[in-house]
Amino acid sequence: MHSFGYRANAVVTLAVTILAVMCSMASLSDNFNVPSPTAEVKVLNINWFQKQANGNDEVSLTLNISADLSSLFTWNTKQVFVFIAAEYETPQNALNQVSLWDGIIPSKDHAKFWIHTTNKYRLIDQGSNLRGKEFNLTLHWHVMPKTGKMFADKIVMTGYRLPEEYR
Amino acid sequence: MIVTSALIIWKGLMCVTGSESPVVVVLSGSMEPGFKRGDILFLHMSKDPIRAGEIVVFHVDGREIPIVHRVIKVHERQDTGEVDILTKGDNNFGDDRLLYAHGQLWLQRHHIMGRAVGFLPYVGWVTIIMTEKPIIKYLLIGALGLLVITSKE
Repeated sequence: MHSFGYRANAVVTLAVTILAVMCSMASLSDNFNVPSPTAEVKVLNINWFQKQANGNDEVSLTLNISADLSSLFTWNTKQVFVFIAAEYETPQNALNQVSLWDGIIPSKDHAKFWIHTTNKYRLIDQGSNLRGKEFNLTLHWHVMPKTGKMFADKIVMTGYRLPEEYR
Repeated sequence: MIVTSALIIWKGLMCVTGSESPVVVVLSGSMEPGFKRGDILFLHMSKDPIRAGEIVVFHVDGREIPIVHRVIKVHERQDTGEVDILTKGDNNFGDDRLLYAHGQLWLQRHHIMGRAVGFLPYVGWVTIIMTEKPIIKYLLIGALGLLVITSKE
C-alpha cells in the first residue's frame, strides 16, 4: 500500500487528471468570449467565364477581401482559419459550396487584413448552370484553440451575380 | 490506475459521441500549423449535413489509415440529399484528389467517420511511438506484467 510503485502511480494519475481539468477549463473560458467580427468582400472582376470540354462551367474572379477578426482571438487561440466560399443553388443540387480562397491568421496582430486576390481554388460547377447565377459569398472562420473545443461561424454576404454570357 | 481510467474515458467517449473511433491521432503535417503530428482530435458524428469548412476524418476505399482534412467543396443533390465532397489539407498545396482511389473525384457521406470538434496537443505521441516502435509496447506490457506478479497484495 505504501510501496514506491503505488505512490508513483497515484501521483502520476493525479497529475494527469489535474492537467486534463486545466485543459478543459481553458477551453471553457473560450465560451465567455463574444466575437464581433466584420468583413466585406467585393468582386472586382470576372476574369473569364467558360464552359469546359466536359460540360462544366468554370469562372475565375478577382476578389477584394477586407475583414477584422481580432475579436475572435482569446488567450487560448492558436490560429484562426478563414475562408471564403461561394454558395449557390442549381436545379440538380440543393446546395453548392465552393471554397474560393483561404488563409491562416496566426495571431491577433494579423487579424485585421485587406487582400486582393484571384480565386485560389477553381470555381467549377457540376453542370452548366452558372450563367446569370445569383450567389452568396460567405466568410467562414474556424477558431483553432491551443487546447479544447474548436469554434466555427460565418458571415453571409448576398447580392452577387455572375454574367449572363460566357466571356 | 491511469490505464483503467483511460479505458473508462475511451469507452465513455464512444458512447457519448456515437462513433466507433472517437479519438484520432494526427499522423502527418498536412494540417499544420493547426494540428501537428502527435496531437489528438476528438470526433463527433451527427446527422447534420456536411458543410464546407468542417474538418472531417475519412477513409479512402481500400486504405486503413484515416485522413483528417478540411472540406473545401460541397455539392448536395436536391432530391436525394446525397453529397459530393472535396477535401484538402490546410498545409497541402493541392486538394485531396491525389489521395482518393483511382478515378474517384469526390467523397461521399459514407466515407466520413466523423467531424473534429476538439483537440489536445502532444498526447497522441504515446500512440505514435507504440505503433512505430513496437518494442516499446512490448517493454511496457512486460513491465506491467512484472508489476502485477511481484506486487505483494
